[in-house]
Amino acid sequence: MSLAAHVVVQRGGLLVDVRLAVADGEVLAVLGPNGAGKSSVLRVLAGLLVPDDGRVVVDGDTVWDDERVHVPAHRRALGMVFQDHLLFPHLSVTENVAFGLRTRGVARGPARAAADGWLTRVGLDGMGGRRPGELSGGQAQRAALARALVGEPRLLLLDEPLSALDARTRLTVRAELRRHLAEFAGATVLVTHDPVDALALADRVVVVEDGRVVQEGRPADVARRPRTDYVARLVGMTLLAGTGRGDVVDLDGGGTVAVGEEATGPVFVAVRPESVALYLSRPGGADPASGRSWGSPRNVWPTRLVTATPHGSTVRCDLDGEVPLTADVTVTAFAELGLAPGATVWASVKASEVAVYPR
Amino acid sequence: MLLRTRLALTTAAVLALTSCGGSSTGSTSAGSSSAGSSSASAGGDLSGTLTVFAAASLTEVFGELGDQLEAENPDLTVQFNFAGSSALATQLTEGAPADVFASANEQQMTVVTDAALAEGTPTVFTENVLEIAVPPGNPGDVIGLADFADPDLTLAVCAAAVPCGAAAQAVFADAGITPVPDTEEEDVKAALTKVQLGEVDAALVYATDVQAAGDAVEGIEFPEAEQEVNSYPIAVLAAAPNADAAQAFVDLVRSDTGQQALEAAGFRSP
Amino acid sequence: MTTASRRRVRRQGRRDGGVPAPLLVPAAVAVVFLVLPLVGLVVRAPWSDLGAQLTDPRVGEALRLSLETATLATLLSLVLGVPLAWVLARSRARGRAVLRALVTVPLVLPPVVGGVALFLVLGRRGLVGQYLDQWFGWTIPFSTTAVVIAETFVAMPFLVISVEGALRAADARFEDAAATLGADRWTTFRRVTLPLIAPGVAAGAVLCWARALGEFGATITFAGNFPGTTQTMPLAVYLALQSDPQAAIVLSLVLLAVSLATLLLLRDRWLGRAGAGP
Repeated sequence: MSLAAHVVVQRGGLLVDVRLAVADGEVLAVLGPNGAGKSSVLRVLAGLLVPDDGRVVVDGDTVWDDERVHVPAHRRALGMVFQDHLLFPHLSVTENVAFGLRTRGVARGPARAAADGWLTRVGLDGMGGRRPGELSGGQAQRAALARALVGEPRLLLLDEPLSALDARTRLTVRAELRRHLAEFAGATVLVTHDPVDALALADRVVVVEDGRVVQEGRPADVARRPRTDYVARLVGMTLLAGTGRGDVVDLDGGGTVAVGEEATGPVFVAVRPESVALYLSRPGGADPASGRSWGSPRNVWPTRLVTATPHGSTVRCDLDGEVPLTADVTVTAFAELGLAPGATVWASVKASEVAVYPR
Repeated sequence: MLLRTRLALTTAAVLALTSCGGSSTGSTSAGSSSAGSSSASAGGDLSGTLTVFAAASLTEVFGELGDQLEAENPDLTVQFNFAGSSALATQLTEGAPADVFASANEQQMTVVTDAALAEGTPTVFTENVLEIAVPPGNPGDVIGLADFADPDLTLAVCAAAVPCGAAAQAVFADAGITPVPDTEEEDVKAALTKVQLGEVDAALVYATDVQAAGDAVEGIEFPEAEQEVNSYPIAVLAAAPNADAAQAFVDLVRSDTGQQALEAAGFRSP
Repeated sequence: MTTASRRRVRRQGRRDGGVPAPLLVPAAVAVVFLVLPLVGLVVRAPWSDLGAQLTDPRVGEALRLSLETATLATLLSLVLGVPLAWVLARSRARGRAVLRALVTVPLVLPPVVGGVALFLVLGRRGLVGQYLDQWFGWTIPFSTTAVVIAETFVAMPFLVISVEGALRAADARFEDAAATLGADRWTTFRRVTLPLIAPGVAAGAVLCWARALGEFGATITFAGNFPGTTQTMPLAVYLALQSDPQAAIVLSLVLLAVSLATLLLLRDRWLGRAGAGP
């Protein structure tokens, strides 16, 4: 393990208690809403914030162990990229990148040469003489990445590295960052509130909410099987909790959902908005004896339209009823239905489109 | 003896150095109890406000005399502006309204008479001579004026631009002594403060200042001082808004009562 | 874009906003209030005396002494005051509020009292001074050293307050970034913090220098007044005022002209550097 950490830190009213483990060459994304404590965790890993308890081990060297070992930030072999790059405004770009080498005793000439080499690697060839204020946001963030990597750190910490960039720049910088992370041999911890960053850049995702780890796994698994409303909403799914009873799930909030695979005990049910279809009248037939819908689709519920928001070529409809759902329908379909907020509408989902997994 | 209560070290230093006017308060008229002395203001019918511009060295004595005049004339208010004589002369030539001007030297009175601001001829009402002030115990073993030529001593004199400095220069010249002061003080109180703090071994100040400092300093009289007696002239001003009261105040200063009060403060009669 | 042209663009942008009347009128009154006394000095100055005053070697001596001591006092304030400002702005030590109040005392203390206080500490009977005298034979009062000490005592708080403000306004996360790049706190201070707050330090040094140059009360009390050793221009002006007010006006104007010229010269330099920032 290249990084093993247990971080306990009190931030105002929030007690953060998080365990992390990252292998060499692995990129771990810490995903969570603002104020969840993820930046505090990163600052503890960097040595910029004193934790209330815990232990940080990098490459087998303990750099923090509550009362016993306190290695300050400047003696940890790490690189860090901040949200708004924090390039020193009074130094040229080359001097910024060379800064970490100079503080670690590299002579001026070799340090500048190494810095210029890294500037070329991140696509800033020939811009070393400029001041940070003369760079665009994307260029500055590339320079900041070069500054963090030039010292060949054992641990790379990225604090919302893309969130200060505009949408188009973010796309290109993200792709480049992905390439550099793939080449980086040490452990990387990426803190972000953007699931796209986490999905695109990370080998593994840790979801932190209210100071706790609520979910952990490969990005695709986390996206497919969210375990909290926050993650579900991030990946655009409706998350329902219930109890499995064979091929149906009794929801905790009332109502039942037919599912495609057998389920027992406490489970999550996740529904993608695009798999929800809307009808003005009840579709298909129903078994008069059980009242359960049959045929396909088997899940049909009467609902009330709460809000409808255009979303590209689709309209996102928030639905209220026994089973709260979100549906994405095409603009054409929405127009044909002629729906207004408050209108009653039937929603249906095929059982095979419903994801079910243990809680 | 007089006013010793005011001479707590720091207070004295602050009061002296900030050189703010402000009529003195709390002065007990210990020395001048002979109330029987007649004065021209015995009628007690003066009224209005009397404004007296007086040299700072007269603060205590004039404050006392002012109180007395007010007591005899219930309708009269006496206001003082105590400052350096030259500052007062400047203020008067710049048009400051006043009834009486009492200067610590004849030069500054001349400034006022030359500007035709005085009524009649000023009269010398008291005199002051230089004295050597040393810290209690006389750590520098100063015995006379000649010690001011000793480079091993830390010595203060007044700057030549201020009256006590001019007097000191004259005294040194008369005695044929070349002084080696460490500092030329901007006024006599500042010089005295440095003696009180023990930071200088001796300072050339006025007898009245030594008197006022009480136990905080020791005075050493020296014969050469007689060569430069400092005369204090007083005059009613031509534009005096309250000429009657002004004359009454001048008369009081020159009366036996006034002279006794001045003597108690270290001045001597002309 | 060059620095100069960027600055011009910024100025233009500012002018477009215009000055609202509720600000313009008091601002104009303030200018008149501050400048008119100066105009009075210039108008009433006996310019014919100027030549005689300037050729008086005592004036030249006082001017030289003033410039030297004020500069030394500013350097001393920088060496001691910038670290103090850092402690006030960055350290988490207890009692910082009390410390800040204490170090700004010279701002409210009448300078003559400050001079007396210096006597009580550094005078030959002072708390510390008596030992300097006994052990080393050093007596500070009535020396040029005393002038520098008195000026530093009165002027350093201006620098400290100015630099502390700059430190508080500076983004402390730059210091975090430096730490992650292997810089210890001293290196961070030298190579990151100090350059970032350079304009604030410069402004503080100017204030400090100006205050030291005009210092009178503490100097004449603690250092006394002796031509060539401790008589600075303000002391010379004060004494001239006793005998020859006209000469005092001329001396004041000489001091004023020299200090204004110095500040304007330095200002261009510093603004040139400050303008290169982001």
